[in-house]
Amino acid sequence: MNALRQSSPLAVTGKYLALAFYVAFALFPLYWLAKIAVTPDKLIFSEGTALIPSRFTFENFQTVLLQTDFLAYFRNSLIVSIGTAAITTVIAAAAGYAFSRFDFRGKRLIIALMLITQMFPLLMIIAPIYKIVATLGLLNSLTSLIIVYTAFNIPFATFLMQSFFDGIPKDLEDAGMIDGCTRFEALRKIVLPLTLPGLGATLGFIFTAAWSELLFALMLINSNDAMTFPVGLLTFVSKFSVDWGQMMAAGVLALVPSCLFFIFIQRYLVQGLTTGAVKG
Amino acid sequence: MAGIELNNIAKSYGSVEVLRDINLTIEDGEFIVLVGPSGCGKSTLLRMIAGLEPITGGEFHVDGRRMNEVPPRDRDMAMVFQSYALYPHMDVSRNMGFSLEIRKAQKEERSRKVGDAARTLGLTSLTERLPRALSGGQRQRVAMGRAIVRDPSAFLFDEPLSNLDAALRVEMRLEIARLHQRLNATMIYVTHDQVEALTLADRIVVLNAGDIQQVGTPLDLYERPSNKFVAQFIGSPTMNILGVDQTDHGVKLKDGTILDVGSRGEQKRAHELGVRPEHLDVVPEEAAHMKGVAELVEHLGSDTNIHASVPGVGPVLVRQHGHFPLKTGDAVNIAVDLEKAHLFGPDGARLAA
Ligand SMILES: Nc1ncnc2c1ncn2[C@@H]1O[C@H](COP(=O)(O)OP(=O)(O)OP(=O)(O)O)[C@@H](O)[C@H]1O
Ligand SMILES: [Mg+2]
Repeated sequence: MNALRQSSPLAVTGKYLALAFYVAFALFPLYWLAKIAVTPDKLIFSEGTALIPSRFTFENFQTVLLQTDFLAYFRNSLIVSIGTAAITTVIAAAAGYAFSRFDFRGKRLIIALMLITQMFPLLMIIAPIYKIVATLGLLNSLTSLIIVYTAFNIPFATFLMQSFFDGIPKDLEDAGMIDGCTRFEALRKIVLPLTLPGLGATLGFIFTAAWSELLFALMLINSNDAMTFPVGLLTFVSKFSVDWGQMMAAGVLALVPSCLFFIFIQRYLVQGLTTGAVKG
Repeated sequence: MAGIELNNIAKSYGSVEVLRDINLTIEDGEFIVLVGPSGCGKSTLLRMIAGLEPITGGEFHVDGRRMNEVPPRDRDMAMVFQSYALYPHMDVSRNMGFSLEIRKAQKEERSRKVGDAARTLGLTSLTERLPRALSGGQRQRVAMGRAIVRDPSAFLFDEPLSNLDAALRVEMRLEIARLHQRLNATMIYVTHDQVEALTLADRIVVLNAGDIQQVGTPLDLYERPSNKFVAQFIGSPTMNILGVDQTDHGVKLKDGTILDVGSRGEQKRAHELGVRPEHLDVVPEEAAHMKGVAELVEHLGSDTNIHASVPGVGPVLVRQHGHFPLKTGDAVNIAVDLEKAHLFGPDGARLAA
């Protein structure tokens, strides 16, 4: 054990160097996004690839927030993403629990069907989806996006939740039922508190997926009122020019909810909530 | 307090039959131990009694009331799981008081009962810890505490000590014995540790492959096993089983020695002779039934186990009290305590005297 812990200073340095390199590599695009967002328009092209702009400005943020429809897009995206994440997670939790704990007829068939839905390229089904949504009269509505996103995310979310439930020993529920719970009480008082990390991860994952989805949003939404953020971002690309500064500023702002969300749920993501449940 | 009755209880998973035709009456306050090899259905039977596993055949009564379909929460039984199954997000006192919390007991009652149980089990200083901050033995105590707090009509234990080290196991075994004396509640205890079985049980139920082999007091099983399986399962080290042929004057070992075992087994033909290592003796040559060579001698201090090899008969294990001065390779002359030897028929059943 000790030999493992007391590795040589060289190895430690190497490890940190590798980590630093990785972090720099992963974060560089984000840095560039932020950098362009605070660079005055005039300097974007003249200073080109300079790592740090010679002057800073928050003008782009101001313009985006006050003079564009950004806030509306932002609100639409929030509604769609939160709606999708909430509905998907509730359904996925229920389905995942059933898959994890019960044996019922057709279980394998349902699982197979859910996997099959994940195999088609989105492009193939976009036309039929458009047709269905149009027939329902839901084009240009946020509802249509919530429904479509929910439908597409449920299989993955269900498998994710199932694996979290699988990780909770069945003995715990049995103990709960012996202690006087109904099955539902055991689920609510014992399993649910232990599944919070799973619920958090699923919520976060679906939220992010819905937040950045472009294809369906582009197809199903045309009116400016109902545009979500990724579609709205495209309005910064006009026929003759691309408003880089504003686009990047909007991008930076768009990162805020995801970050907040993960800061909020990260305390539920800590590993090992079930440690101590079983043996020694 | 509960008298429990199992009538023709059976369990199958689809076409897989796990238990069949289990008949057992458990007196109020009795300590019953279920033993058997791994996979024989002990846990399944216990879980059926607890209500965690549906009963697929037969009748299950507690105090004369049919309980087959009663959910676990209405059976008034507490269970200690092999895995302990402590609620990881609740501290020790909430773990122990959870059943009272569910039954909406008053706060004072709850803390009084939890406090009592914690004192009994020496957990008072740990009541605010989460299970993950406890050692294996402490977790085990909490699991017991959770059962005691309930004051149930019956306690069910599924190998509660199997995850503990040897010393702790002995300590907890005594704890459970004391608990039984104090509460005088019906207890059903699953184990495959035969020391636990022999020391704790009023009666032992030996299961094998879904069937009850024998039910009896520890002494019954040791002295009068109903068949070869029970004979070999109970007692440590394991009983020697030697092939024999029935003759007019007794039974003949494979090397030709005739042992006069009295009038037993006249009805059927004896097929095997079973004799426990402690019922074999190392004797002077002229008194010996078997002559062999010591292949391995284990000095345990209190006992000496002599693994001998007897030409024509096979390996024989002899147990001598105290230190016995014998080395590997020495000749051993073995006498059989014929009074205490058993004869088994071709079907494995013991031939009664
Ligand atoms: N869901 C199931 N489907 C089919 N067979 C099962 C199922 N659950 C258990 N069994 C079988 O039932 C038998 C009894 O299992 P059980 O857990 O009662 O054994 P056990 O006596 O407690 O063994 P151990 O000493 O290893 O705990 C085993 O052979 C097992 O394979
Ligand atoms: Mg078992």
